[in-house]
Amino acid sequence: MKVVLDHLTKEFPSRSRKGDTVVAVNDFCFEVPDGSLIGLLGPSGCGKSTALNLICGLEKPTSGRIFFGDDDVTNLPPENRGVGLVFQNYALYPHLTVRQNILFPLQNLKGKDRLTKAEMLKKADEAAKLVQIEQLMDRKPSEMSGGQQQRVAIARALVKLPRVLLLDEPLSNLDARLRLQTREEIRRIQRDTGITTIFVTHDQEEAMSISDLIVVMKSGVIQQIGKPQTVYDDPANLFVAKFLGTPPINVFEGRVAGGKLLLGEDEVLRVGGVADQAVWVGVRPEGFIPQEAGPLCCRLEGVEVMGRDTSVVTTHPAAESVSIRSIITAEHRINREAGTVRFALKPAKVFLFHRESEERIPFEAG
Amino acid sequence: MDYDRIEQRARRRETIRKAITYFLLSLWALIVLFPFYWMILSSLKSYSAYNSEYIPKFYTLTPTLQNYRDAFTAVPLSRYFLNTLIFTLATTAIMLVVILFAAFAFARLDFPGKNAVFALFLALMMIPNELVIITNFVTITNWGLRNTFTGLILPSVTSVFYIYLLKENFEQIPDELYKAAKVDGTSDLKYLFKVMLPICQPTMVTITILKIIECWNAYVWPRLITDDEAYFLVSNGIQEIRENGFGRENIPAMMAAVVVISVPLIVLFLIFRKKVMAGVSRGGTKG
Amino acid sequence: MDNKNWKAWLYLLPAVAFLGAFMVYPLADVLVYSFEEGYNSASQTFFGTGLYNYSYVLHDPYFLQAVKNTFILVIITVPISTGIALLISLGLNSVRRLRELYQTVFFLPYVTNTLAVGLVFMILFKKTPYSDGMVNLLINWFGGESVDFIDGPYWAKMFVMCFYTVWVVMPFKILILTSALASVNQDYYRAAKIDGTSKFRIFTRITLPMISPMVFYLIITGFIGAFKAYSDEVALFGTDLNAAGMNTIVGYVYDMLYGNSGGYPSYASASALILFAIVFTITVINLLISRKNVHY
Repeated sequence: MKVVLDHLTKEFPSRSRKGDTVVAVNDFCFEVPDGSLIGLLGPSGCGKSTALNLICGLEKPTSGRIFFGDDDVTNLPPENRGVGLVFQNYALYPHLTVRQNILFPLQNLKGKDRLTKAEMLKKADEAAKLVQIEQLMDRKPSEMSGGQQQRVAIARALVKLPRVLLLDEPLSNLDARLRLQTREEIRRIQRDTGITTIFVTHDQEEAMSISDLIVVMKSGVIQQIGKPQTVYDDPANLFVAKFLGTPPINVFEGRVAGGKLLLGEDEVLRVGGVADQAVWVGVRPEGFIPQEAGPLCCRLEGVEVMGRDTSVVTTHPAAESVSIRSIITAEHRINREAGTVRFALKPAKVFLFHRESEERIPFEAG
Repeated sequence: MDYDRIEQRARRRETIRKAITYFLLSLWALIVLFPFYWMILSSLKSYSAYNSEYIPKFYTLTPTLQNYRDAFTAVPLSRYFLNTLIFTLATTAIMLVVILFAAFAFARLDFPGKNAVFALFLALMMIPNELVIITNFVTITNWGLRNTFTGLILPSVTSVFYIYLLKENFEQIPDELYKAAKVDGTSDLKYLFKVMLPICQPTMVTITILKIIECWNAYVWPRLITDDEAYFLVSNGIQEIRENGFGRENIPAMMAAVVVISVPLIVLFLIFRKKVMAGVSRGGTKG
Repeated sequence: MDNKNWKAWLYLLPAVAFLGAFMVYPLADVLVYSFEEGYNSASQTFFGTGLYNYSYVLHDPYFLQAVKNTFILVIITVPISTGIALLISLGLNSVRRLRELYQTVFFLPYVTNTLAVGLVFMILFKKTPYSDGMVNLLINWFGGESVDFIDGPYWAKMFVMCFYTVWVVMPFKILILTSALASVNQDYYRAAKIDGTSKFRIFTRITLPMISPMVFYLIITGFIGAFKAYSDEVALFGTDLNAAGMNTIVGYVYDMLYGNSGGYPSYASASALILFAIVFTITVINLLISRKNVHY
């Protein structure tokens, strides 16, 4: 089932001033292809949870339409949309066992949709098997670990075979190791069932690792939509560039003069097709190559060997942050005793952004 | 699927549900408010007008304040009022001091047998007032304290529950503060008044308000311990007015007295609405 | 170190002294009283010890009437007030507009003097030669016959008594239940809504189990409170409750102690202990039932 959001907008009355409104979701337009896994990504307060609530029907949009396939579901109550929702804190009923929790949505069905008891139990068992919790069916939620509770929550959302599965920060209540394991699990379940899945997260690594497409949001506005790698390699603006990637991108104040990019006094790159102007310059950590005669001269602060790679911490007067972090492969050696280190930059890992609008400025490397 | 129909039905159901909800809420609000309306209305009707209405009227076109004058002159209402004020303020003030010291000892000081004594205190919470009031009545009578403020006040100046509430609150103050104060050479007493009391002020306010409500409405003990009208509180005062006051059945004057008695607490409640409700849900019981 | 112990006890002294004099000592004393036969409070003498006081009280028709009244009051008002309070709290929690206003209004009976407002209820229900009263006016509108609720038939008086008791205890119950309902995690409701759970099912399968500890708390305190009913009855029927046939157990205790029929602290003690035994038993039963039904 493909999901289409058409100029979707949601305004809330402001709490601070009367009459004012806060636009939580601003003119959303995008299409989720059938059977794909989409990550809605953004910092807290960017409106991603509101977007999710609009899709599942817990909130009504101020304007715009929502389509599931060809059906307009904009004003449909949630129970008629056929969505499954998994909550950040799982929202498992504490007084019911795992089996009763999973059965709960099925027992709500009425009329001709109503299943017999045996059918319900069979479906519940199937859902439990899918998330591998068959052996826990008689436990209460309080007797299980966070990861197990999350699986139950997913099973409960899947048992009625929803057209769309929605996950609200599904991993943020888990510890680091479980998070890694569970996100692969989610990916596997999604592949197995082929259900169109939308999940919301503030963790870019999580979104990048399992999504088919990511939607990066800020203050209710979509910044960029694309495959994770594409968005990473080709960010639309400074916000997206900064938001994606660990360690984060290094930002410099720079200027373009006569087709050359200058960081402070260092002439670091030839940039064709860009008018002379002041710019923001983003350089990915892996974009630095240590070179004896490299154009970028930085003061060396420290070297951290992390097994395969080496992380070099330096400072530069034009850098926006206190220190610059670069990742270099083991074949390059850094003289720790030296006070400075010189780098050349990989053009594909360098992005220019407009100083005011912070929009990306394309350039021809040369 | 016919989406339009589903949408419409859902919306209509929602409207009906809302309407029923508001109807029920308003109905109960009416039941709650009506006696208040009736007492104010009756207190404004003149004696003759009230008694000539075989079918009671829901309004009056000739309101009079004469009943309020009668309430203060024909019966010693101002006396009852003053007594209640003295009783309430004295009881509350003494109780605050007593529970403050007790809670401090339990929360802050270490002494042998502390846990045993505290357990004993908690056990006392389960003892109903009805069980001990008999002996207290005899005790106060034997001490010759009937018809005195001392006799009225003495048995109600401690509350195990409030000690418990305050102790819990005191224990939330981090130990470091106490240690820091000790290093600075602060005495226990000074620490209690300069640090703990200000931090726990909200709880103290809650306890004060709850105790004031309790005192203002006290009936059983005042009735047992006073038979001299000079020491009546508003509760047994109004009962006295009902049974012997005003010579004849002067309902409008009686209602004026009821209004006067009810107003202080209602005003107190409306001012401290949030605090009163939070306090009651934490520790009040009635009914 | 000794110095410090001494200080701690000094802080505790007022509380210990007052509690000792007015709670611990009376507790022992009331037991002694209840077994002292023929105690005379004037001469402070008694004939002997035994169970005579209990036997006297249990054979006193006034006491039996009081027990009957109290039980009827408890059985009627506790379920009704808890039920209506639940209904109102559910309503309150589902609306946003005017909610604070409703909450404030619903709380008013808590802060009013029961004796004073009881008087208003009395004139609303009372039938006098001059007027049938407000409530009878309503009854007549609906085609009913006037009834004297204050000096009339037993069931009419019982009705007013229950009605007033419910009116008085509602604020506390509504307050507790609204905050219990508000503390239920909204995600449960959102999850249920997405699964298309009907309102009724949400209530029975989610809301009720989640707030069951508070409901049981209210039922237990409700039982205890209703068993101790007294001032509300005085407010409605006057201080001579035996004459009105509307006495309660607590009323009987006080009547034995003081007033026209008073002067018998032994009988009062025996009846107070019987009351305590009843309340204690019922509370234990309640706790056992709630242990079985409140899970998690």
